[in-house]
Amino acid sequence: MKTNIMFLGAIACACFSYAGHAAKQSNFNPDISLTIDGRYGSYSNDSDYELPGFMLGGEASREEQGFSLGHNELSISDNIDDMFFGKLTTAIAEHEGSTEFEMEEAYIETLAVGNGITVRAGRFFSDIGYLNNQHGHAWDFMDAPLVYRGLFGNQLIDDGLHISWLVPTDIYFKVGAEIIQGERFPAGNTSNDGNGAYTAFAKFGGDVGISNAWQLGFSHWQADIKGRESGSHAHDPGVAVEIPTYSGKSKVSGVDFVWKWSPKGNNRETNLKIQTEYFVRDEDGTVELAGSDPLELTTYQGEQTGWYLQTIYQFIPRWRFGYRYDRLTSDNHGSDTALLAEAGLDSEGHAPERSTVMLDYSHSEFSRIRLQIAKDDSYEDSDTLLFLQYIVTLGAHGAHSF
Amino acid sequence: MLKITRIISVFFMLLSSTQVTANINVFACEPEWASLANEIGGKRLSSYTATTAYQDPHHIEARPSLIAKIRNADLVICSGAELEAGWLPLLLRRAGNSKIVPGKKGYFEASEMVSRLDIPIEINRSMGDVHISGNPHVHLDPRRILIISEALLARLIAIDPDGTKHYQQHFDDFSQRWQEAMALWQQQAEVLNGLRIVVHHRDWVYLFDWLGIEIAGALEPRPGLPATAQHLISLKQALKTNPAKMIVHTIYQNPRAAQRLSQITNTPVVALPYTVGGSEQVGDLFDLFSVTIEKLKGAL
Repeated sequence: MKTNIMFLGAIACACFSYAGHAAKQSNFNPDISLTIDGRYGSYSNDSDYELPGFMLGGEASREEQGFSLGHNELSISDNIDDMFFGKLTTAIAEHEGSTEFEMEEAYIETLAVGNGITVRAGRFFSDIGYLNNQHGHAWDFMDAPLVYRGLFGNQLIDDGLHISWLVPTDIYFKVGAEIIQGERFPAGNTSNDGNGAYTAFAKFGGDVGISNAWQLGFSHWQADIKGRESGSHAHDPGVAVEIPTYSGKSKVSGVDFVWKWSPKGNNRETNLKIQTEYFVRDEDGTVELAGSDPLELTTYQGEQTGWYLQTIYQFIPRWRFGYRYDRLTSDNHGSDTALLAEAGLDSEGHAPERSTVMLDYSHSEFSRIRLQIAKDDSYEDSDTLLFLQYIVTLGAHGAHSF
Repeated sequence: MLKITRIISVFFMLLSSTQVTANINVFACEPEWASLANEIGGKRLSSYTATTAYQDPHHIEARPSLIAKIRNADLVICSGAELEAGWLPLLLRRAGNSKIVPGKKGYFEASEMVSRLDIPIEINRSMGDVHISGNPHVHLDPRRILIISEALLARLIAIDPDGTKHYQQHFDDFSQRWQEAMALWQQQAEVLNGLRIVVHHRDWVYLFDWLGIEIAGALEPRPGLPATAQHLISLKQALKTNPAKMIVHTIYQNPRAAQRLSQITNTPVVALPYTVGGSEQVGDLFDLFSVTIEKLKGAL
């Protein structure tokens, strides 16, 4: 007994303070993580990409053909003190031979307002939808669903203020809103002074038994847009560029649902995830061909909808198989149908759809290799796409968000 | 207007009607800490356990249900030492709960209260999922449990000073029963001293340190990486010259690798409870150690 007590003294740590370090990687340095992403792509069809009925912007395009670098990112984050958390993510990309840094996220977030309230300020991924607030590397497919490509230019990122309230209920119930700048696609210049776009969202979630978990979300985004540009084209080389631009109201509403299953809640061996999102966008305004002389102009009322359904199954440790189906429809009207067509708003009687399968292998939590094949009917010329991708993370341990 | 506010307040009362009116709401990352908190907190405390014995505490997702629970917690008790690095920081951020921010009294890491084993001198990812703060599975040493329980007592008193007498009484009672049990376990486990055992993952470092058992090898080639055929063959070679008495794993680990090594080396496999709820007989921390020792002895 005596030796026992002496030993107890020896293994007791002299640190009976409240300080905790163990939830993070090291004591003083912030969490730093570097993501390296490389791809090989092959298409069956070389014609220019389009999504008839949708004005494309942001990063909406097909991924590159052949060998290319994907989204290489450096991310630094940590608790700043006991009140704030801070995060900065830069994407490093090459555009036409020169290396560019793009600020993807730069925000601070409150930790200790209390009563379930969180305030975030800076540049962040909006909390609309399910996929939008996740990094592309955490997505289960290499590319965004078509509805994200068509409506948000792959992902809605903006500068502003986010506030959310976790309601003190037994089931998960969160409501929130964002007021954002609206300079970037799909707002692209708002008529207000740099705070012209808004979002609102509500999320519910819980467990069913020990093996199932779910989340249901509703979200809304809106802006008064002044001059959203979409692509650019010249009628003749060397002649002034004419750019279709949209001004008017824009509203996007969506619903998202995720269901996850793993035997007894242990997702290491096998697990299944089913996820679906639906969005509808309503726009009412005018489209003009900026740079045209005399100025060409048309009224435009449009409704564009899109949804996808995907399921991912980890059938043995490290290996996952997934299938995704995408579909979009649009119903656009205006006084000048030819001009609408120039802006990409003519559906050409075609409803874009895509079927994608993927197989990936994760050697550890820090590395993943993926094969993805898609039959893409975004536009009239059907395309078969094949991609090989690796994603690796160096440094801090990523978080397992739901 | 009055009517509307009344309707709203009734709505929220209905939503929150299942909330317990204990003095301290505990969110325990693992079942062992909920069990310990209940020993010392008694009726002044209600606990919620984020994981079960069937789940690998390294690999949990920050599920909506966990966020809802941690939002209302007065005290979070976790193993720490980065065991929960993949999910706890996210839960803490999403909770919007000012009481449980690391550094405040509502945040308690058990491994922080004791000395840790397996602290790496050098660290990089090629070593697998190693923890810079050392091995986090500290609950498998009853000596450390005793030290942690004392720190937890101090913490409960700091959060709920009105209950000082209550917590002290419960602690004294627990401490006495625990020390008696420890003396008994040590007696029962004497035959295990000096044994060599193959482990699935280095979950058992503290238990073996206490009982004088030697780790004869691990089924995982590196912490966190699944066993490979090649690795099992090299283990077999190593065991030829220096054999092991048994192979142990937890119930959340796939037993296939252990069974395969068992076949090629003729060594028995034992599934140990690892934590509270890990087998039908394990309802609390006392059962955890009695059953573990019983199972180890049963395989001799």
